[in-house]
Amino acid sequence: MELNSYQQQAFNYQRPNIEKFNKRNWFWSIFFLAWIAVGGYALYLQVAKGHIVTGMRDNVVWGLFIVNFIFFIGISYAGAIIAGLLQLSGVTWGKPIIRIALIMTVISVIVGPIFILLCVGRLDRLWHLFVYPRIQSPMTWDVMAIMTYLVGAVLFLYLALIKDLAVYRDANMNIPKWRQWLYKFMAIGYNGAASQKRHILISQNLLAIIMIPLSIMVSSILSWIFGMTLRPGWHSTIFGPYFVLGAIYSGTGVLIVAMWAYRKLYKLDSYLTDKHFVYLGYFMMVLASAYGYFTFSEYFTSWYGSQKWDSEVINKLFSADGYGWWSLFANLFGIVLPIVIVAIPKTRKVVPITIAAFVMVFALWVKRYLIIVPTLESPLLPMQDTRPEFVHYHATWVEWALTGAGVASFLLFFMIMAKFVTVIPITGLDQKVAIPAKKGAPVNTKVEPA
Amino acid sequence: MKNEEKDLQDKSRRDFIKTATIATAAVAACGSLACSCSSKKDAVAAGQKVKLLSPTGEIVEIDSNYLNHHAHLDAVSRLEARQGIPGKKFVMVVDLARCKNARKCISSCQKWHYLPEDKEWLTVKLLKDNDKAAPYWFPKQCFHCDNPPCVKVCPVDATFKRQDGLVLIDNERCIGCKFCMAACPYSTRVFNWEEPKVHDATMDAITYSPETGVPHKVGTVEKCDFCPDRTREGLLPPCVEACPNGVFYFGDENEDVVTNGDETLGFRQLIKDRSGYRFMEELGTQPRVYYLPPKDRQFPVERGYEPLNDKLKARFKDVMEEKK
Repeated sequence: MELNSYQQQAFNYQRPNIEKFNKRNWFWSIFFLAWIAVGGYALYLQVAKGHIVTGMRDNVVWGLFIVNFIFFIGISYAGAIIAGLLQLSGVTWGKPIIRIALIMTVISVIVGPIFILLCVGRLDRLWHLFVYPRIQSPMTWDVMAIMTYLVGAVLFLYLALIKDLAVYRDANMNIPKWRQWLYKFMAIGYNGAASQKRHILISQNLLAIIMIPLSIMVSSILSWIFGMTLRPGWHSTIFGPYFVLGAIYSGTGVLIVAMWAYRKLYKLDSYLTDKHFVYLGYFMMVLASAYGYFTFSEYFTSWYGSQKWDSEVINKLFSADGYGWWSLFANLFGIVLPIVIVAIPKTRKVVPITIAAFVMVFALWVKRYLIIVPTLESPLLPMQDTRPEFVHYHATWVEWALTGAGVASFLLFFMIMAKFVTVIPITGLDQKVAIPAKKGAPVNTKVEPA
Repeated sequence: MKNEEKDLQDKSRRDFIKTATIATAAVAACGSLACSCSSKKDAVAAGQKVKLLSPTGEIVEIDSNYLNHHAHLDAVSRLEARQGIPGKKFVMVVDLARCKNARKCISSCQKWHYLPEDKEWLTVKLLKDNDKAAPYWFPKQCFHCDNPPCVKVCPVDATFKRQDGLVLIDNERCIGCKFCMAACPYSTRVFNWEEPKVHDATMDAITYSPETGVPHKVGTVEKCDFCPDRTREGLLPPCVEACPNGVFYFGDENEDVVTNGDETLGFRQLIKDRSGYRFMEELGTQPRVYYLPPKDRQFPVERGYEPLNDKLKARFKDVMEEKK
C-alpha cells in the first residue's frame, strides 16, 4: 500500500494505539466486564424467577429495557445518517469522523436489540419470530428492519475499513500472529489498484444511498410499535418523524462525546479539530430546534384538544407530583441548553459543546422514559388497583444492572474497536485535510501532490 | 337456594375431578379419561373399550359409554382450537342495572381457571361517567373484539381470532413480548410474571390447549377466554352461572339467543329494547360484549361497597368519596 506522507504520518502517530494493549486498557476491560457480569447475574435471575424481579407489571408492561432499546437504536441510526451524508457529500472535513460515526452505528445496533430481547418473557421461544412470523405486526416489521439494518451497518463499516486493513496488513506491526492473519483476511487482497478503489467507492456510495432512507424507515418502524396502539401519548401521526429526529439528535450528541473522548485519550487534536466540534455543534443546534418544535407540537395539540385521556397524560407530564420535574429537565437540557450553548459565540467551544451534548444525551434518555412510562401508567380504564407496584413503575436493581451492563458493553466495544483499527482513517486522509496542529500533535510539514 | 345448588354442583364437580385424576397428560390428550362409572351406571355398554391409565398407574379397560366427560379434560386439536366452534358466534350482554359487585363472577372465574386471588381475568370496576352521574359497577372481561388491536400486533400469531368470535391465546406459542398488552385499550390482558402459584392436583389431568389455558405458563400473556372448553359442552361460563343477580347473558349471535341461566332472551331484541351499547365504541374495536345501561338499578351502589374488605374498598375509595 502506497501512502502519502500525510497518511504515513497519521499511521505512524496512531500505530502504538493499535499495537499495544496497555495496563489502562486492561483495567477498563476488567471494569466493564465486571459490570457485564453483574448484568449477567441479573439476567440469570430474570430468567430463573420470571419477570417478577423487574419493576414491570400488568399496566406498565415495558420499562427501562424498552427505553434503552429506543435510546441505543436511535444512536445507531444517527451514526448511519451522518456517515452516509458525509460520504455522499464528500466534504473533506468529514473524513476523520466517519469512522467514529460508523463504529457507533454498529455498536449501538448490536447493544440496542439486546434490550428488546430482555423484555421478552420467553427467550427460549425467540425462534417463533422466524417460524411463525405475522406480517401485520409492527414487531415483525421491526425484526426485519433491524436485521436488514444491522447487515447494512456492518457492511458500511467494513467497506470503509478495507483500505486501512490493507495498511495494517502491510505495516509489519508488532502484533500477535492471529491479528496479522485477521488483517490479511479482512483486507481481502486489497492492494490499491485503481479498479479496487473504484469498486469500493461505488459500493460505499451505493450503501450510503441505501442506509440513509433505511435509517429513516427503521426509526419510523420503531416508533410505530407505539404509534400503532390506541394509547394516549403514543397514538400520534408525528411519531415516525419525531423518533427519526430524536434518533439523529441524540446520536449526534453521542458522536460529539465520543469524538471528545477519543481526542483526549489518543491526543488526536490535529485530526479531530475544534472545527469538527463546532460543525457538529451547529448540526446539533439545528436538530435541537427541530426536536423542540416537534415536542411542542405534540404537547400543545394534546393539551389544547384536551381529550380526556390525552389530558391525563399531559397532566402527569407537567404536574409537580407527577413527572413535572423530569419533563422540565428533559426539555430544558435536552432542547434549550444545546441551542443556547452553540448559539452564543463565547460558549461555542469544544468543552462546553461536549458538556451540552453529554447532558443532552442523558436528557433525551429521560425523554424516552417520559414517552414510555407515563402513557403506560394511564390506561383508558381506571386501574382501581391497590398494589402500588402495579400503579407506578419503579425500575428494580435488576433492570438498572442490565442497563449498566448495556452501557458497559457499549463502552467496551468502543475501546476494543479503537485497539483494532485506528480511530482516524488513514487512507481517507489526503493533504487537503491538513489542518494546523495544536498542542504538540504531529504537524503536517511536507505536502505531496495528491 | 339457587346459589346453594350451584355451590353443591361446584363442590361435586371438584370432588369428582379429584377422584378421577389421571396422571399422564398423554392419555388425557386421547380425551374422556375422567372416568366415573358410578355417575353413569344406567348407561348401556357400547362394546367399545377404551384403555385408560388409572391414578395408581395401572392400565384399565373401560367401556366407552361408561366414561364421563369433563369439559377441561376434553383437549381439542390445535387446529380446532384455532378455528373455533363451527356455526357459533358467541356474544355476551352485561346488565349493569343488576350488578352489585357481589364478586361471585370473579371468584368462580378464578376457581375454574386456577388463578390466584390477585389475578382477575374478569374484574369489576366502579365507573362514573360524569360529575353529576351516579357511579355504577362495571364488570369487565375480555371483549373478544371483532377488530382486535391485540391480534393485529402479535408478531407470532400466538393470539388469534376464531370463527366463533373468540380471541384466544396459545401460551405455547406466545413469546411474551407484551405488545398485545400495550395494544389492548381495555387493559384486559395479564402476564405471568412468575411461575404460577396455584397448584391443584386436579390441574395435572388437564392437557394444555388454547381452549383450557391450563396449566398456566410463566412468561406468557393470558386473559378471559369465554371458557370455550365449557361452551363446547353446552355449558355456560362460570361467571354467568355464578352471578346471583343474573348480570351476564351469554349466547350465540347466530341463533340470536342469550341466557343468564334463568331467562333466555332474544339477543337483538334485548339490545334494541334496553339500548344496549358497546364500551368505547369510538375506538373501533367492535367488541362482542354489550352493556345494558345502569337504568332502574336493582341495588344502590353502596351495596357493593360496604361488604368489601379494606383492601378492596381502597380500590373504589376515590370514586365513592367523590360521590358524597
